[in-house]
Amino acid sequence: MSRMKDTGRTMGQGWRKGPRATRRLVTDRLATALSLGATALLVIALASILWTLLRNGIAGLSIAALIHPMGPPGTNGGLANAIVGSVIQTVVALLIATPIGLGCGVFLSEFGRGSRFATSVRFVSDVLLSAPSILIGLFVYLVLVAPFGHFSGLAGSVALAILAVPIIVRTTEDMLRLVPVAMREAGAALGAAHWRVVLFLCLRSAAPGVLTGILLALARVSGETAPLLFTSLGNQNWSFSLDRPMASLPIAIYQYAGASYDDWVRLAWTGALLVTLGVLGINIIVRFGFRKKQS
Amino acid sequence: MKRAPAPRTTPAPLQEARATPLWKGDRLFRLVVGFCALLVLVSLGGLVLTMAFGGSKAFATFGPEFVVSNIWNPVTNQYGALAPVFGTLGSTLIAILIGVPLAFGAAFWLTNIAPPVIAGIVGTAVQLLAAVPSIIFGMWGFFIVVPFMAQHVQPFFRHHFGHVPVIRWLVHGAPFGYGLLTGGIVLAVMITPFVTAVMRDVFAVMPPMLKESAYGLGATRWEVMRRVIVPWSRAGMIGGVVLGMGRALGETMAVTFVIGNANTIGWSLFAPRNTVASLVALEFPESAAGSLKLSSLLALGFILMLLSFTTLAFARWLLREKKA
Repeated sequence: MSRMKDTGRTMGQGWRKGPRATRRLVTDRLATALSLGATALLVIALASILWTLLRNGIAGLSIAALIHPMGPPGTNGGLANAIVGSVIQTVVALLIATPIGLGCGVFLSEFGRGSRFATSVRFVSDVLLSAPSILIGLFVYLVLVAPFGHFSGLAGSVALAILAVPIIVRTTEDMLRLVPVAMREAGAALGAAHWRVVLFLCLRSAAPGVLTGILLALARVSGETAPLLFTSLGNQNWSFSLDRPMASLPIAIYQYAGASYDDWVRLAWTGALLVTLGVLGINIIVRFGFRKKQS
Repeated sequence: MKRAPAPRTTPAPLQEARATPLWKGDRLFRLVVGFCALLVLVSLGGLVLTMAFGGSKAFATFGPEFVVSNIWNPVTNQYGALAPVFGTLGSTLIAILIGVPLAFGAAFWLTNIAPPVIAGIVGTAVQLLAAVPSIIFGMWGFFIVVPFMAQHVQPFFRHHFGHVPVIRWLVHGAPFGYGLLTGGIVLAVMITPFVTAVMRDVFAVMPPMLKESAYGLGATRWEVMRRVIVPWSRAGMIGGVVLGMGRALGETMAVTFVIGNANTIGWSLFAPRNTVASLVALEFPESAAGSLKLSSLLALGFILMLLSFTTLAFARWLLREKKA
């Protein structure tokens, strides 16, 4: 921060800070202060969210909330079926999305230079990335729910998978592009086929980034409510079949948060806390894993 | 599918030197990943087609009137898209205006100014918070921001600016706490960590030598940011903003709790409005299959789709021009 001043002093005798240097210094200071302000504001807003979440969520957190299924107001209902439903749907969604996303990302980075097909896939993936999640819900409703006449957990998973794929595609492609050319050349020089170079050299060296993408996808998907509204619908009871309407935490939160029953609102907060803890927990665990591997 | 030209990264002689058996594996590999790419293409195609097909009844009934009419009345079966589209664009604009400077400032501070330890902690926190589901932001908005707006912000603006011409129109309205501005603020808080995380990553992968050279020439930190880092990482930054904007445009849960759900148009930032996404979320479950209402909702979805298309095309165009 005192660089400019020091320069002035050490350069000594003949040098005096002119208007131009002052202006540069002031601009720099101003930018520094503003950026600090922006960060502080951001941190305060986020702290407020976390604080609200913790205060209200912990109040309703109990064993009963974790092992009882949802129930009518006043019956000591819990969230157990919603938790299980969420886990099932998210896992199935990622199982669908990860191979497709990786494959597409690899295609774009390895075979996608200049070809028209690749350009359009890239564009489409970008569009899907910013495609409103609720539209994905509508789409899957029209394709997988309306023709079969009933809502299903599988439809929910497919909707979530469609959301996850473009995130994985984008990060995979970006990360593969960051892999140094020398590494590919080294692989090729050893006589490895292109696919081996890609899978075992490039993808591996880009693994942390690619995994970040999958995690971003997981994080995005596990809290998504909108695409599930018209696909897996939510369920007040236990449901393990992907063929039937399935409960999920976000839907439970959505249904309960606006309710006028105190115990439902409390459960909504608890659910919100659980979703957030789950998402953050996964992130933290993976970060930890990375550090260990790298060192 | 014809064979693509060899990747530029591998020198041509190496390509020729490859033995034939390897080539077969490559071909299969290419087919498999190409199929994945095709799936992505097909899913968007399906999305656009189903929306267009589903909304065709509404477009056929109302014609172009659908887009410019601000009436949304299920009782009289009259539907127009203008009000929710207005709400969507308005709240997104507010979110971007608030969120992007914040994100840029935070990313600048985290990468160039903060002591490494603090930058590590805050940066990780921001990155983690980018992962918080949108419904959490919706609940926070509903229980914290809405009362705050109703009790403090709105009375303040009404009191101080209620008689100032022009601004008066912006702050007009009963202090419900719900409204366009509240929606925009919640959206901004939601997308800022996301955009910050992307920008920070983009700044972080920049070769330090470029920065150090600029510092060596005596540039201040802001000058390094402005003249070296920003030009170098512009594409990534815009990418981050587009990601955030995409989330804001189509966000349902964070908005539906706080926007007020009134299909109206007006200057006031404090009056309840509606967005396309939250209107669909609210009314879709109440619409009978094959009804005009359902079709209108799908037509709205189609319009939303077009909006995000246009946004993205615009961003891409920006990207290209800056790169050249």
